[in-house]
Amino acid sequence: MSADAPLLLMRGIVKQFPGVRALDGVDLEVRRGEVHCLLGQNGAGKSTLIKILSGAHQPDEGAIVFDGDEVRLASPTAAIRQGISTIYQELDLVDGLSVAENIFLGHERARFGFVRSAEANRATRELLARLGHPEIRPSVEVGRLSPAAKQVVSMARALSHDTRLIIMDEPSAALAHDEVANLFRIVRELTAEGVAVVYISHRLEEIREIGDRVTVLKDGRAAAVGLPAKSTPTSEIVSLMTGRNVEYVFPPRRPRRESGPEVLRVEGLTVPGVFADVSFTVGAGEIVGLAGLVGSGRSEIIEAVYGARRASGAVILEGRPVRRGGTATTVRLGMGLAPEERKAQALLLDQSVAHNITLAGLGGYSRLGWIDRRGEGARARDLIETLDIRPGDPDRPIRTLSGGNQQKAVLARWLVGTRRLLLLDEPTRGVDVGARAELYAVIRKLADEGIGVLLVSSEVPEVLGLADRVLVVREGRIIHRADARDLDEGRVLDMIMEGSAL
Amino acid sequence: MTESRGPQAEKAPQAEKAPQAENAPSPGNAPEAEKAPPADEHARVEAQARKPVARPGPLARLGEARHLGLLAALALLVVVGLVTRPENFATASNLVSILSLAATIGVITVGMTFVIIGGGIDLSVGSIMALASVWATTLATQSYGPFVMIVCAVLVGAGAGLVNGLLISYGRMVPFIATLAMFVAARGLAERMSDRKTQLVQQDNQMIVELSTTRVLGLPLLVFVFALVVAAGWVLLNRTTFGRRTYAVGGNPEAARLAGIDVRRHTVLLYALSGLCCGIAAVLIMARTTTGSSTHGQLYELDAIAAVIIGGTLLAGGRGTIMGSILGLLIFTLITNLFILNGLNTSDQLIAKGLIIVVAVLLQRRGLESRT
Repeated sequence: MSADAPLLLMRGIVKQFPGVRALDGVDLEVRRGEVHCLLGQNGAGKSTLIKILSGAHQPDEGAIVFDGDEVRLASPTAAIRQGISTIYQELDLVDGLSVAENIFLGHERARFGFVRSAEANRATRELLARLGHPEIRPSVEVGRLSPAAKQVVSMARALSHDTRLIIMDEPSAALAHDEVANLFRIVRELTAEGVAVVYISHRLEEIREIGDRVTVLKDGRAAAVGLPAKSTPTSEIVSLMTGRNVEYVFPPRRPRRESGPEVLRVEGLTVPGVFADVSFTVGAGEIVGLAGLVGSGRSEIIEAVYGARRASGAVILEGRPVRRGGTATTVRLGMGLAPEERKAQALLLDQSVAHNITLAGLGGYSRLGWIDRRGEGARARDLIETLDIRPGDPDRPIRTLSGGNQQKAVLARWLVGTRRLLLLDEPTRGVDVGARAELYAVIRKLADEGIGVLLVSSEVPEVLGLADRVLVVREGRIIHRADARDLDEGRVLDMIMEGSAL
Repeated sequence: MTESRGPQAEKAPQAEKAPQAENAPSPGNAPEAEKAPPADEHARVEAQARKPVARPGPLARLGEARHLGLLAALALLVVVGLVTRPENFATASNLVSILSLAATIGVITVGMTFVIIGGGIDLSVGSIMALASVWATTLATQSYGPFVMIVCAVLVGAGAGLVNGLLISYGRMVPFIATLAMFVAARGLAERMSDRKTQLVQQDNQMIVELSTTRVLGLPLLVFVFALVVAAGWVLLNRTTFGRRTYAVGGNPEAARLAGIDVRRHTVLLYALSGLCCGIAAVLIMARTTTGSSTHGQLYELDAIAAVIIGGTLLAGGRGTIMGSILGLLIFTLITNLFILNGLNTSDQLIAKGLIIVVAVLLQRRGLESRT
């Protein structure tokens, strides 16, 4: 096997999830000793691709060739056995175990079932020294380490296997500036030894500094394969990330006008360490969009407004300050939230579509706790028809619906009873293009009926296309406010990635 | 690239309806589908999302079949009884003894079903029942007459359950630990109050005992109390906002919270309800044994949890039925009865019960997997 043949070849990888084609024939080629960067907006398919590479997901179609042989990565263990290790964004360490125990978790240094701690500690010291962190003691509990030290431990764990390819998913996200420099030093040493690194990051400056080649993903396809990381112009990368094959269809805005009476006023809202001094208003019939990266604080702002997260500052709904009483209070006052993680945070997967729809508005269909089932059923059927939820059977378990229709059911939940303000966090995540258009139309229709809407989306075109006004959030602060019609995608991307875009 | 496109927006949802309805674009619709690729894409995805749709029919029936399975098991046990002990099994007195036995744990099982559907567990039910029976039969309480005794038992039960709920909701303790503490402490308190002596229900308060001696339609009153609690539990779980929210809190607490449900308060209420059921059960056991004692209700928590699990309630919460739990309990009680009638070793009886739990859960898991 010749030395210049690629270490990893992925060909025509397809992965289908219910209602969405996450990967649609992606190619990836990684050479020995290179840092190969994976770029793409949220939902472009990066995480699905690395989950396939790390053995967590199985591709529906396509081939993976590793070191000259076609391989099937049936499980994370199988991937590790091949020499593919993954360092996940949320570090997957066991806090209650020691550094050495974490590093050798699953392949303990043992004889006849007895752990040989001395040997494990010695091997751990070697690994940590190789990573430039001899000061981390093998016997210390991982839970007591800083995020940067935890990352080093994760990396040591990857190296404790005979690793030839390391996948790093946003490794710098949790790190301070000087810690990033150390991370890069380690990456350079690894690649000098012939280990290949697949590096995922939103920060363009890092990719310039550490990367050799770049593959850009967009809408589940590779928009460009193997671009030189140092010399490709930023404008080209950004346009590869953002240019779309399928244009989104947005409903028409009403003409520019004074927005209706103020529904929401937020003043000096602060959650220490997450976001600070956030102030804005939302008018009746207005859609206000928050644009920002994951981790910029945009979802947390919405949660704080909704009372799902403790914050200081004032939230004023229709002129009356909202007492901090949690979500029960804000829902009673007329707020509604479609949260970011639909399945984990919004749906009762075992329950029927109708029960999911009426969950928050049951009070309106009951007397002394007794549910008026006829009234409830009629309202659910009514909303299923209005929002065109398919299939239109209220008694079907909601888990059998596609992502788009599930999301419509979540929206429908907030149309039972009177709503003043809807908070939408990534309302079209995991929703296919056609259903998006319908969701956009529904959201606009709700606004036209006088509801105020606060929208968060990772997808800049969505914010620009749907919102009337846009607030750009970076690192927990609102850095720009403008009418959506006065902004374009490139400019907003520049702002939310500022300091990284060249 | 991002500006609105009014006419398209209007058209897209309509354009896809045609292919959607027939699950395949007819020739007549083809040009329109080409004009609006998003719609076509949508139709394709929709069509795919539709495929599993055909399945839930039989699957839903399978869900109901879970109850059928329990009924079949129950029928099987009845047949075994009729075959092995034709002269004793099908008698009125045996039926009465089975139902009286089932009544006490049955009432507890109703409360346990709520707690488990709500995502929790209550290990303290047997101890709370013992405490309530002791408290209600102290000389001081008995001097106020039978009604006060009943109210006392119910209040003590509900109060202990309330403490459980507060510890879990606002003390942020794991249900297992909080109710384990109550399991130990309530029995200790019961021993303390009774000085480890069995307290008899006095002559003046025979009304309590009459719950088990008075018969209507051939059945003792306490069986009617049991039936009443089951009916009330069923209504509460299936017809009220409280029941609906119990499923939500157990199935997805985060979703429940974000839907504006006060999850903590609801959790407190669930444990208080379980305690209340223990209080009612205490009245029944006083009626049956004519005593209050700190030794009442030992291992009741395990029987109640086993009955709930056999009945198909998910230990993780979010799914379950009252009827399943009651059927599970009847199966357990019937096994005990058969073993006693046949003069078999009680140790074998325990082995049989253990096997039944395992088999029931394995069967349910298979049912679950075929769903997902």
